[in-house]
Amino acid sequence: MSTQKIPILRMGQLLLVSIQVDMHDQLAMQLQDDVTTAIQKHGSRGLLIDISALDIVDSFIGRMIADTAGMARILGARTVLVGMQPAVAITLVELGLSLPGVSTALTVERGMELLQRPARGHG
Amino acid sequence: MDKANEVPLLSEQDIVLARQLVRKKAQETGLSLIDQTKLVTAASELARNTVVYGGGGTMNIAEVARGIRRGLRLSFRDQGPGIPDVELALKDGWTSGTGLGMGLSGAKRLVHEFELATKVGEGTCVTIAHWK
Amino acid sequence: MAATESIHGVIADEARLKSVLDSWRRNLALASQSAAGRISEEELERQTREFLDLLGTALRGGSLDIAGPAWAQVRDFMEKISESRALQGFSSADTAAFVFSLKQPLFEQLGLDAGNDAKRLADNVWAATLLLDSLGLHTVKAFQRTREDVIRRQQEELLELSTPVVKLWEGILALPMVGTLDSARTQVVMESLLNKIAETGAGMAILDITGVPTVDTLVAQHLLKTVTALRLMGAECIISGVRPQIAQTIVHLGVDLQGVTTRANLADALALALQQTGAKLAN
Repeated sequence: MSTQKIPILRMGQLLLVSIQVDMHDQLAMQLQDDVTTAIQKHGSRGLLIDISALDIVDSFIGRMIADTAGMARILGARTVLVGMQPAVAITLVELGLSLPGVSTALTVERGMELLQRPARGHG
Repeated sequence: MDKANEVPLLSEQDIVLARQLVRKKAQETGLSLIDQTKLVTAASELARNTVVYGGGGTMNIAEVARGIRRGLRLSFRDQGPGIPDVELALKDGWTSGTGLGMGLSGAKRLVHEFELATKVGEGTCVTIAHWK
Repeated sequence: MAATESIHGVIADEARLKSVLDSWRRNLALASQSAAGRISEEELERQTREFLDLLGTALRGGSLDIAGPAWAQVRDFMEKISESRALQGFSSADTAAFVFSLKQPLFEQLGLDAGNDAKRLADNVWAATLLLDSLGLHTVKAFQRTREDVIRRQQEELLELSTPVVKLWEGILALPMVGTLDSARTQVVMESLLNKIAETGAGMAILDITGVPTVDTLVAQHLLKTVTALRLMGAECIISGVRPQIAQTIVHLGVDLQGVTTRANLADALALALQQTGAKLAN
C-alpha cells in the first residue's frame, strides 16, 4: 500500500484537513492517528475537515468523520465539517445518516468563524 | 440489449475502483448528478460489505432498458458466511455501531430496486437497479 | 438460410455494393429536401457505408432476428443515428427514411441475383422487407426515446425557471414556491436551491410557501429533507408562509419538523434572517 498521507495544515489554534482522495481503511486510520497526534502536540482547540472535493460520502467515510470528531472532542477540540457538496448532502439525508457531534459550515472561512465563537451548548 | 462488466471485490482498493467504474457507467447512461451520487454511494456500501463481510467477491454492472427507460443494474456476489437474520440486517443500524446494518438498509433506501438473496454458509447476492 | 446469404451476397460484392450505395444515397437526398445541409454529404456517405458494413457482418451470423447478439452493433449504430437526428430536429419520418430508402436499391440487386427464379426472388424480397421493417421500427423507437428525453429536460428547466431562487440580501436567498407542489417539482426545486447556496455561499435560505394551497405527507417530507440537507451543508433555513391549515395538516400527518424555524410570512422571516446574519456582522 502506498505511503500516501493526507496533509494537516496548522493555522494558529486550528487544524485544517482537506480530504481530496478516495479514502480507504488504512488512509482513514492513518488520518485519525495523525489528527489526534497533531491536536495533542499543538494544543489545538479546533479542527476543520474540508470535504469540498468529495463527491461521495458513504457510511464508512461518515463514520470516520464522526469518530474523528469524537476523538478530537475528547482531546479538547471542536470539529467543523466544511464544503459538503449539494448532491452529497441530499444523498446523506436519504441515507438517514446523521453526523452526531459535528457542526457544519459552507466554507473554510465560515468554519473558522464558527470555531472562534464560544461554544453553544452541544458541540 | 445488456452490456455487462464484472470486477473483483477483494481489497479496499477494489472498493475505490468499483465506485469509479459505477460513476463512469452512470454518467454514460445519462443519470442525473443526484441519481449518480445515490447509485455510487449505494455501490460503495455494498462493495464494502462484500469485501469486509463476504470474504471477497465480485460486482457485476449491466446497462438495462425497460421500454424507453434506461438504467443500470448492479449485482454484488460473495461466497461468504451469508446473512442469518435478514430482517435485522435491513434495520437501520447507524447509531448501533458497525456492521451490516447501515450498508444494506442505506443502499436499499437510495436506489429504485433492491433484491437480496442469501444462504447461511453459502453466500450472498445483492442486486440493485437505478433508472434514469 | 438462403435469403440471408443472398442479401449478404449483395453487400459483400464491391460492385453491387457501390450500386446499392449510390442508389440509396440518391433516394435519401430526394426524400429529405428540407434536410439538405443539416447533414453533410460526407457524413451521409460515411453513415450509409458504415451501416452496410455492419449489416454485412451481422448477416454472416446467419440469423435475421435483429434482437439477437449478432445484431448488437447494428442496433447501436441505428440508435446513434436516431439520437443525433432527433437532437438536430429531424422528423421521425426523415429518420426512418434512412432505413426505408434502402429497400428499393436492395430489391433491385436481389432481383438481378434471382434471375428467372420467381420463388427465390419472392423469398429474398420478403426476408429483406421484414429485416428492414424491423430495423426501421427500432430506429423510430430510439428516435422517440431521445425526443422524450429532450422534452423532459425542457420541462425540468421550465420547472426551475418557474421557481426562481431570489437573493433578498447579502447571504440570504429566498425560494418562493407557488402552486401545488408535487414530488417531482419539489425535488427539482430542492436541488436548485442547494446548488445556489453552494454557488453563492449564502448562509441563509427562506422557503416561502405562502402560495402553496395544500401540503401532503410526501411534500412535507421533501421540505423536511431540503431543510436537513441545507443544514448538513452548513446553511440555515426558515420556512415562511405557513398558514394555519398547513400547520394543522403537518401536525395531523405526524411530521416532525425537528426544530425548523417557521414564520407566518416572508417579511417576518426576512427580519429574523437579517437579525441572525446581522449579529455576525456586528462582531
